[in-house]
Amino acid sequence: MRTPEQWDELGRELDAIRRELVEDLGARDAAYIRRVLKAQQWFEVAGRALLWAGRFPPAWLAGTAALSVSKILDNMEIGHNVMHGQYDWMGDPALNSKMFEWDTVCPAEQWRHAHNYVHHTYTNIVGKDRDIGYGILRMVEAQKWSLYYIGNPVYAFLLMIAFEWGVMLHDLEIEKIVAGKKTWAQTKGSRRQMWHKGVKQVVKDYLLFPLLSGRGAAATLAGNATANLVRNLWAFSIIFCGHFPDGVADFTEKECQNETRGQWYYRQMLGSSNIDGGKLFHVMTGNLDFQIEHHLFPDIPARRYQEIAPRIREICDRYGLNYNTGPLGKQIGSVWQKIFRLALPPKRRAAPTDGHHLRAVPATAA
Amino acid sequence: MLMSLGLARTGRWLLNSRVVSALAVPHGVDRYLGLVNPLWSTHEVRAVVVDVAHHTADSVTITLRPNGNWAGAQAGQYVRLAVEIDGARRTRCFSVASSAHRADGLIEITTKVNPAGAVSRYLKQHARPGLRMVLSPAEGEFTLPARVPERLLLISGGSGITPVMSILRTLIDQRYPGRITFLHYARTPADVIYRAELAALAAARPRLTLVNVYTRSPGASRFSGERLGQVAPDYAKALTYVCGPAPLLEAVAGLWRAEGIADRLMIERFTLVSPVVDTENAVGTVRFTRSGVSARNDGRTVLEQAEAAGLRPEHGCRMGICHTCVALKTIGSVRDVRNDVISAEPDERIQLCVTAPCGDVELDL
Repeated sequence: MRTPEQWDELGRELDAIRRELVEDLGARDAAYIRRVLKAQQWFEVAGRALLWAGRFPPAWLAGTAALSVSKILDNMEIGHNVMHGQYDWMGDPALNSKMFEWDTVCPAEQWRHAHNYVHHTYTNIVGKDRDIGYGILRMVEAQKWSLYYIGNPVYAFLLMIAFEWGVMLHDLEIEKIVAGKKTWAQTKGSRRQMWHKGVKQVVKDYLLFPLLSGRGAAATLAGNATANLVRNLWAFSIIFCGHFPDGVADFTEKECQNETRGQWYYRQMLGSSNIDGGKLFHVMTGNLDFQIEHHLFPDIPARRYQEIAPRIREICDRYGLNYNTGPLGKQIGSVWQKIFRLALPPKRRAAPTDGHHLRAVPATAA
Repeated sequence: MLMSLGLARTGRWLLNSRVVSALAVPHGVDRYLGLVNPLWSTHEVRAVVVDVAHHTADSVTITLRPNGNWAGAQAGQYVRLAVEIDGARRTRCFSVASSAHRADGLIEITTKVNPAGAVSRYLKQHARPGLRMVLSPAEGEFTLPARVPERLLLISGGSGITPVMSILRTLIDQRYPGRITFLHYARTPADVIYRAELAALAAARPRLTLVNVYTRSPGASRFSGERLGQVAPDYAKALTYVCGPAPLLEAVAGLWRAEGIADRLMIERFTLVSPVVDTENAVGTVRFTRSGVSARNDGRTVLEQAEAAGLRPEHGCRMGICHTCVALKTIGSVRDVRNDVISAEPDERIQLCVTAPCGDVELDL
């Protein structure tokens, strides 16, 4: 059991790290994100150009690979992080959280609300954080089992394949419509935004660029579709490793009432998990391999996470908190195991659930 | 030349076409143009420094080559110029000093270094040919009328010489036939930014009278009606332009008002970045310009004060993490309540939920 003083101390320690990072932001961070932006643009231009000649297999392969990399960089290291406001301090409209649009069918504005506000504020609170299963999957024991969840692995597989579309549809809040808490008519505004963004993306990738290739249209179309698919598989896998491997905690609304700053940090640390990897892996995951650090400081430029990770780990050790990390294979394996396991109803006299240590949040601390 | 113009026009038409825009979804054409040439843009005015001169110890004169989106400036207008300092974009207003008819299409600006001013200091120390900037279109009402009267009086003090210099240079390029008196105040001869050029212009033109007043020299006087009477006895008949420090502007405006000729006076004020007022006590007024609502600053965050004033700004977490409440602060000093960092940048986007005003603040809400 922790005392209110200990929570406050944890909050102060992490606030101090944040302040240190904010004060140190400058030309190096700006140069970094511009370098990534430039690389992404060249990958995109090269990818489109090679796919224009996509009838020749080597060009198709290289073009598809380049376009896949472009879309991954655009969505993760650039899009996700820019839209978090990590570069708002630069005052550059091209890197401003409210002005940025990304290369997926999901409208940036909807994503910012669902992700920056709902997910990052209410991280892993069952019933509040809609990223727990995205309204269609059972990802924690605390979600009540029903026969529908027998299809859990199938739904997860389909979501992985069509991830950008799943992310787009997130704002409809299908589960609320099914439960009768929201009407179809109430989704009209969201649907219109989705339509506008979706049409533009589809026209670009599946109509205009293929048409420009003339007789190579089919090859270009296949290349564009493959690049979107590769990005979907990659983004899904990295993102699912951020909160769903075994050992990550989930929380109840009651536990989190009147949460202090320190307790909020605590929930972010226990509710997230990292992936071990090298420099290139950091860039290609948008530094989401540092999901724990990202959840502590979501609006600090992501390239800084690797530099503070040892200190966060030390804090976790000192406070006796689990710093959940592992290689990609282990984390993703653990995620899929859970997807299969939670398809079935809980066994009677079940072992303690994932969230058990969360009871350590003292309800009286606030 | 004609062919390249035609080519540029066709290129511009193509880049703005719907098909090309549809191909550049969602980032827009500019992002890809930048790969070829960082100055290229379909809409933004970008410029590159081509020359840097240090006419006086505490000023810097910069010549810029703008891209094709620059629509020119009338004599006396200013631009908002953005430079990136340690990763962050800083925007300030600078009067254009060059002639509106400059044949090479270049723009000249001059700034006096303000020791507390990050931008002027940066330009003095770091401006080199090749440095890129973003400009606004030219703005401002301190301009010549369509028909320039035959008697003009130009008064400037210190770095207030810049818009007046633009007016003078433009008139000379137009072969203005009337009479001009140019009265300039500076501390010492070494502080007159365009001293050599002005002297040469006046020497070659009998209808241009140049009067330099050095306020640091013995017996020098500040601006007065008496002094003006000696320099330009017919000042009441002239159209007068004045730009410079606030005391000079007040003295000139006072005299013109007293004489009932205020309609013949054009004034340009350089607004300075607002100073930090008070971080301990809540003072000043918070103005929400879009709603037309004002409230006394009570020290709470801007979000709370806006809500107390009846506004409903978009917001999310209320703890500074989600950036939903980011809005434009146009003027004023604010404090980040998380780390007590103060910022007085004009036109800055702030997180309403973790920012408190330190004095008068204007917000686009």
